[in-house]
Amino acid sequence: MTAEPPHFFSPVIRPAGLTGVLVSFGDILSEPANRAALAFSAAVARAGIDGVEECAPSLVSVFVQFDPLHLDLEVLVARLTALLEDQDWYAAPMPEGRRFIRVPTVYGTDLAPQLAEAAAAAGLSVDAAIAQLSDARVRVQTIGFAPGQPYLGLLPEAWDIPRQTALTKAVPEGALVVAIRQLVLFSVANPTGWRHVGQTALRLFRPDSDTPFFLRPGDEVQFVQASPDVLTQHADDPDGGAVIEAIR
Amino acid sequence: MRALVVHRIAPGATVQDRGRAGYRAFGVSQGGAADPLALAEGAALLGQSPDLAVLELPGSGGVFEATAPLRIALTGAPMRATLDGAVLVWNASHAVPEGARIDIGGAVTGSYGYLHVGGGIDTDRRLGSRSAHLAAGIAAAVPAGAVLPVGADTGGAVGLCLPQDNRFDGGILRLVESFQTGLFDRETRDRFIATSFSRDARANRMGMRLNSEGGGFAARGGLNILSESILPGDIQITGDGTPYLLLRESQTTGGYPRIATVIPADLPRAVQTPSGGRVQFRFVARQEALEAEMRLRAHLKVLPKLCTPLVRDPMQMRDLLGYQLISGVTAGGAFEEGE
Repeated sequence: MTAEPPHFFSPVIRPAGLTGVLVSFGDILSEPANRAALAFSAAVARAGIDGVEECAPSLVSVFVQFDPLHLDLEVLVARLTALLEDQDWYAAPMPEGRRFIRVPTVYGTDLAPQLAEAAAAAGLSVDAAIAQLSDARVRVQTIGFAPGQPYLGLLPEAWDIPRQTALTKAVPEGALVVAIRQLVLFSVANPTGWRHVGQTALRLFRPDSDTPFFLRPGDEVQFVQASPDVLTQHADDPDGGAVIEAIR
Repeated sequence: MRALVVHRIAPGATVQDRGRAGYRAFGVSQGGAADPLALAEGAALLGQSPDLAVLELPGSGGVFEATAPLRIALTGAPMRATLDGAVLVWNASHAVPEGARIDIGGAVTGSYGYLHVGGGIDTDRRLGSRSAHLAAGIAAAVPAGAVLPVGADTGGAVGLCLPQDNRFDGGILRLVESFQTGLFDRETRDRFIATSFSRDARANRMGMRLNSEGGGFAARGGLNILSESILPGDIQITGDGTPYLLLRESQTTGGYPRIATVIPADLPRAVQTPSGGRVQFRFVARQEALEAEMRLRAHLKVLPKLCTPLVRDPMQMRDLLGYQLISGVTAGGAFEEGE
């Protein structure tokens, strides 16, 4: 992830539909902007502003949902502006309790049919693509799109590839997909415009468990190359054979 | 056990309540009844809490049998319905004797019909709600053969109806600008507003594709923008320029740019647009959107007072006797009780 704070960017607050505002800390993905979003979202939740219903961080922004008949947009913007001025959010620390998780991953084959296509888009051979993807230690920047589903980054420059113009009808649970220097690991089968390059046996969302969401923002993940029979071995393990250690 | 036995049911029919708020940060959208207005109408007709769960019927209904005397209400997209062969008025409440069969056919117009029961459908809550969230894999569509438990009914009148609404044929949907509206140039936005769209047949609880003649509606840098929060009503433009209206069960974030957001007050009309139905969009100022929201909430508040006794066909007095047996309260009496 880009290490330099985006000094050229001051946070902006914009309306999102009638019932939301978006506080953005950048227009491109950077580590300081991502940390700012995670920390500011927690701060908005703690502030307990009357009329705010929910807040959630995305990659470099915080979405604040509110009741527009109970809380004026102008009042909310003023409160959020004051909160923004409280501290240097770009210098905020990462969340507590982070973990490093190594997940067995099958690259390519019938299980992940778009590896060759994605490698070509990145200007890499298939072998070089597998080497880069499986060596990368990426961080959960946000959870979104589907339950417990992480956006992870940043990958090397070569992976700044666009989404497809058409949606893939569905990729399965555990699918690893790539675009714009990020990976997404799918928590449920869904359509996507990202390219399916790897497959894991990880179950990210466990609706009947006391801890339904496996990954949290700030966790770091490495998608270690594995053979298809490794996935078969771990088919009944919700962790999909993942090895977990605490980050201190 | 008080229950509704499902003998036959439309594919994709689900148990729904108001959904689950508070899980957006974990990637779970609120979901809940696709048409929240229909949810509130059923609650008003049965004089019960709008938090109770109902059966959402996409496009058509099914055949259901009551294992005990039940009160029901039918709302949303009007469907042909009978109780042991006798016609049931839509947008109204009825008494269902033990063992009776409710047969709900296809939608005459609109998309989502609702079957409400006194006491609500009492399936297990997951993450605080009984709503199936198909996209998230929480619960599933209700299959034929299911037995849906029904909660204790505090009782009340039946034989009440609400005026039929006109939100089932598409029409004008009002928009406010989103934080990505500026990614679309003036010409594209103007053309979007001037275009008449038809709802694609492939719509679901996540969203609906909007078809039109002529070119797509591409944004500048459209395939490389950062994924950002989505709210219900957002109109996302995919890579090939096709608009998708995102609904309450949509993903929580997405990377395709959004040209604008349909205001909450017009979402019931949007979701009820039938396959092939036509919609067109109009930008409104924030103040107009707020006034529409105020009117909607005022309407929800007075719904119980808008319930009036059904004017009955003497040929169908059988039904009238049925509801007196259950509640001991006539429709007229309940009406005078007000809220």
